[in-house]
Amino acid sequence: MNRNLATAAILSGLIIALVIVVEALGVRVYDRISIQLCISLVLVLGLQVFMGNSGILSFAHIGFMGVGAYTSALLTIPAQMKGMALPDLYPFLQDVAVSPYVGIIAGGLVAAVVAAVVSYPLMRLSDAAAVITSFGLLVVLYTVTTNWSEITNGPRTLFGIPPATNLPLAAAVAVAAVIVALAFRESRVGVLLRASRDDEVAAASLGAHVPALRWLAFVLAALLAGIGGGLWGHFITSFSPKAFYLKETFVILGMLVIGGPSTVTGAVVGTFLVTIAFESLRAIEARLNEAGLFSDQVVGLTEIVLALAMIAVLVLRPGGLFPTREIGTLIKQRRVKPKDPP
Amino acid sequence: MRFTIQFVVDVLSLGGAYALMALGLVIVFGILRLVNFAYGELIMVAGYTMFLVSGSGLPWLVMAAVAVVMAIFAGIATDYVAFRPVRAKSVTAVLITSFAFSTLLQNAALLFISPRPRVVPLPEIFSETVQIGGVITPLRNIITIITAVVLLALFAFLMRRTVLGIAMRAAATNFTMARMLGVPANLIISSAFAISGLLAGIVGLLWIGRIGTVVPGIGLEPLLVAFIATVIGGMRSLTGAVLGGFVLAFIDTGLNYSLPQELLKFRDAFTFSLVIMILLVRPEGLMRGPASGQRT
Repeated sequence: MNRNLATAAILSGLIIALVIVVEALGVRVYDRISIQLCISLVLVLGLQVFMGNSGILSFAHIGFMGVGAYTSALLTIPAQMKGMALPDLYPFLQDVAVSPYVGIIAGGLVAAVVAAVVSYPLMRLSDAAAVITSFGLLVVLYTVTTNWSEITNGPRTLFGIPPATNLPLAAAVAVAAVIVALAFRESRVGVLLRASRDDEVAAASLGAHVPALRWLAFVLAALLAGIGGGLWGHFITSFSPKAFYLKETFVILGMLVIGGPSTVTGAVVGTFLVTIAFESLRAIEARLNEAGLFSDQVVGLTEIVLALAMIAVLVLRPGGLFPTREIGTLIKQRRVKPKDPP
Repeated sequence: MRFTIQFVVDVLSLGGAYALMALGLVIVFGILRLVNFAYGELIMVAGYTMFLVSGSGLPWLVMAAVAVVMAIFAGIATDYVAFRPVRAKSVTAVLITSFAFSTLLQNAALLFISPRPRVVPLPEIFSETVQIGGVITPLRNIITIITAVVLLALFAFLMRRTVLGIAMRAAATNFTMARMLGVPANLIISSAFAISGLLAGIVGLLWIGRIGTVVPGIGLEPLLVAFIATVIGGMRSLTGAVLGGFVLAFIDTGLNYSLPQELLKFRDAFTFSLVIMILLVRPEGLMRGPASGQRT
């Protein structure tokens, strides 16, 4: 079997196995955690498409998740709910109420269009300047969602989004995201982009149009982020702009960095590991709060552990757990090795 | 005339604070070409130190000195935890470790102190007002201007006249060459972080003096301000950072006076869009830094 197909099969198998186990167990909490995990997978894979292939850190990713979530919410909240949820909505949007599945796809497309329009000039920048502008983009998107009360209900919670995301849907999208990320990595654009990541000048001198390549990856990343945001909106059913800011960025970035940003395998493994660690720590936090050992609520423990884990991984294994090769390649190599002549 | 005085005082006091914030960020960036995302948390550390020592009954100036010293220590700790182990590996790695360190400090404050705002002791002088040319302005603003002038003068003297300052400027121009000529790299970098902490500590006291309380997220706004100011002024130039701080203060104050109320809430979006545009037209900012080779 081709090594890329092997990678795709193993990673999708991991997600499908999760679905089967969780459905068999039938525990509601596990169901919710698994949905959350699949949505995180879509987001992390989106970030991997841009960051892993271009080598540029992007902070704006979660902003596009917000664009997707708000777009899908706007298009799907039933007309009679809109009067309450969004009192100042523009009249032409008031009667729109499409199916959540259409809404999720529309969310992805709108995020991709926004990304396509704003990001092209930014793709010329590298290193620190690129990071600062992407951070700026996140702040701009956050400021706009917080203050455009007509369509986001301002900093207050937006409610009334019809629930639609269940585990099979989220898992199917996650599997699709794995395949898209792998296909992009191996495509002509992906290979050229990875060349520019390793040596920008050399790649450009061989005829690679670096800004255009980065732009394509960025738009694809935003599409995935928007779809992830739409899925999340129809899962959580009420949210505020605060959900799409630094805290969430940190978690998604942590998942990718711990797993290894350069590989799709790394993105998937990182998401699984961090989600498991996070949920266990959250359970511990909840226990501590229930036991009332401390006078105040225990908050922030999970973030502290994740921060320490990120620093430790970057110090000990700067490329993450899967720094360069996908799981399929690794398995093939192991099989070939014993045949080598002594 | 009164409006002009009001406007000038506003710009100078805000610009002084902004310039100091930007300087603290640029001194590290100039040498390492690396952005310290944990910079805002140095201000948070100064604020929480003030809160923690507030019950001690010491004179305010002593407490302030303790807070600044803690900010300096936090600056040096940033170097040891987030920068030194990964500095040579990749730009992205350092950006992420410093972002992680920032989250670590913030959540430590959440966990060990409180998510709620904590009151910081302030001297009487911070709440008094003064009259200049018929304009009533808080004395705090005048203190900020004076502090900024004194610190900038001291800083200029340090960078131009002392061995440490000259070595730091040499390292900022060409780090490899400076090392070959015997400038100790780690010492220089740690000193840059210590100065960064000193500036953050002092500006933190002034910044917190505006609101009187400290919360775990207090560092975000100064960090954004420092980002914008350094990008406007030039990422590599110390003079540029100061200039950028004043330009940003001028833009912010101008927008405050001129934008209608319903657009004013989008001010951050406007200023950040401006930054993005400046980076596109002049990626090196208003002031060009020293010409030099690659990051080391």
